[in-house]
Amino acid sequence: MLKVKDLNVFYGAIHALKGISFEVNQGEIVSLIGANGAGKTTTLHSVSGLIKSSSGLVEFMGKNITNMTADKIVKVGLGHIPEGRRVFQNLTVHENLELGAFAVKDKNFIKNEYDKIMTLFPRLKERRKQLAGTLSGGEQQMLAMGRALMSNPKMLLLDEPSMGLAPIIVKSIFDIIKACNDEGMTILLVEQNAKMALSISDRAYVLETGKISMEGNASELLNDENVKKAYLGG
Amino acid sequence: MKEFITFIQQLINGLSLGSVYALMALGYTMVYGIAKMLNFAHGDIIMVGAYTVSIVCSIAGFSPMAAVLASIVVCTALGVTIEKIAYKPLRNASPLAVLITAIGVSYFLQSVALLIFGSKARKVQSVLNLESVKIGGVDLSGVALVIIFITILIMILLTLFIKCTKVGKAMLAVSEDRGAAQLMGINVNATISMTFAIGSALAAIAGVLFVSSYGYVDPYTGALPGIKTFVAAVIGGIGSIPGAMFGGIVLGIIESLSKAYISTDLADAIVFGVLIVVLLFKPAGMLGKKKITKV
Ligand SMILES: Nc1ncnc2c1ncn2[C@@H]1O[C@H](COP(=O)(O)OP(=O)(O)O)[C@@H](O)[C@H]1O
Ligand SMILES: [Mg+2]
Repeated sequence: MLKVKDLNVFYGAIHALKGISFEVNQGEIVSLIGANGAGKTTTLHSVSGLIKSSSGLVEFMGKNITNMTADKIVKVGLGHIPEGRRVFQNLTVHENLELGAFAVKDKNFIKNEYDKIMTLFPRLKERRKQLAGTLSGGEQQMLAMGRALMSNPKMLLLDEPSMGLAPIIVKSIFDIIKACNDEGMTILLVEQNAKMALSISDRAYVLETGKISMEGNASELLNDENVKKAYLGG
Repeated sequence: MKEFITFIQQLINGLSLGSVYALMALGYTMVYGIAKMLNFAHGDIIMVGAYTVSIVCSIAGFSPMAAVLASIVVCTALGVTIEKIAYKPLRNASPLAVLITAIGVSYFLQSVALLIFGSKARKVQSVLNLESVKIGGVDLSGVALVIIFITILIMILLTLFIKCTKVGKAMLAVSEDRGAAQLMGINVNATISMTFAIGSALAAIAGVLFVSSYGYVDPYTGALPGIKTFVAAVIGGIGSIPGAMFGGIVLGIIESLSKAYISTDLADAIVFGVLIVVLLFKPAGMLGKKKITKV
């Protein structure tokens, strides 16, 4: 479904991604794990068009999206829930969700998606008139997810959904990720919380200073000695 | 009683001048909020608008209303074109490069006007010719009242536009987080272009109202109002729409009352003095956004 080949990204002189290649198949959860600064966010940003790669190929559902702008890439069905949630703090929950369907014209479709999200996240329903900036971190993560789901994407890029959240909230966020996947959503998940990510993933890639150093089935990686030492706390 | 009447008259004059500043400050603040740049050429749009009115009016058969419409069209097109040619290529450049470019555009517009029209002031027909009206025994300038009314109407429409339309919400989203807005499918370039269009159209209206009480335009007509409305936007809290409305009106009232009661020569100094005081105590401006951060 998503194919990335030989992707190179520079920030000025910093070579942040050094020719990485990976694939995500339809229906999979694939996670991308790695230390802080490895290039995980950069990878997602260049896939969704927020930054330009200097070379390489990104293909989504057979379509070359390498040089498309972010607003066009959303429209072909690739949603991106960015690191740090980035909800619109000065807008209400309702307005944030509305913006999630910005590219959608069909009013009935929007209403339908909205109702689905209200069922999926009852907390958001209670708070729909509140400014997003007043929500807790967990609620903001839910809002960021709901907002991305509003356009009914075919695949989601998720960047550190667990960041800064209490374990119990992380658990419920991961339950929702799993539930979305059970309904057919393809997901590329970036996490520093590698154990949690691997536990719900089919496959995973390990990113190390801009290069993919390892890949395999999630269950294999969970038991790999090197991965255990480096990312799973021994 | 007589003094009170004078005071009311001055207040209305101030409100009317402030309305004009507010219309201009809106363009400043919207462009700053959405494109994250100070468009120092904004004031010179007024000058172009005033020349347009003057020219169209001087062609036989055109009504003042037609001149106003022409002015809006010309300024809107100019604002959007400037953005495309001068600012868009600098979208990811340093803020300083953008600022210097904007100053350059301002001088460019002034120089072109100088080249075409010369430095001699050109007469501008007043598009608003109204008798004064008596309200509660006070003679009030009809023009001033109409200007205030038009401004209030425009502000209401603009607020509704931003709150209730998709394009308006896209503007709010882009102003808060450009990247996240793109992830919603919002075309950032189109949104910025739209912002310049609206800001320039408002500047055209402000320009028409401004010069129709002056009666003359020269290549530097926009310079001082440009700086003053920048001050208004900063006093209100740059980036904030209610702030620009508030800042513009406060500025106009301060200027009018200073001229009437203190000194005509000192009025501008007082205006800038107020800016310094406001920034000392409220660096984000009176209605500037307090940043909400929560993780
Ligand atoms: N905007 C930027 N400008 C310059 N360097 C950056 C920028 N964003 C990220 N980097 C650098 O690129 C590398 C990868 O960062 P990032 O993709 O954010 O890593 P991760 O998400 O894995 O923590 C880091 O060395 C980081 O310092
Ligand atoms: Mg990151």
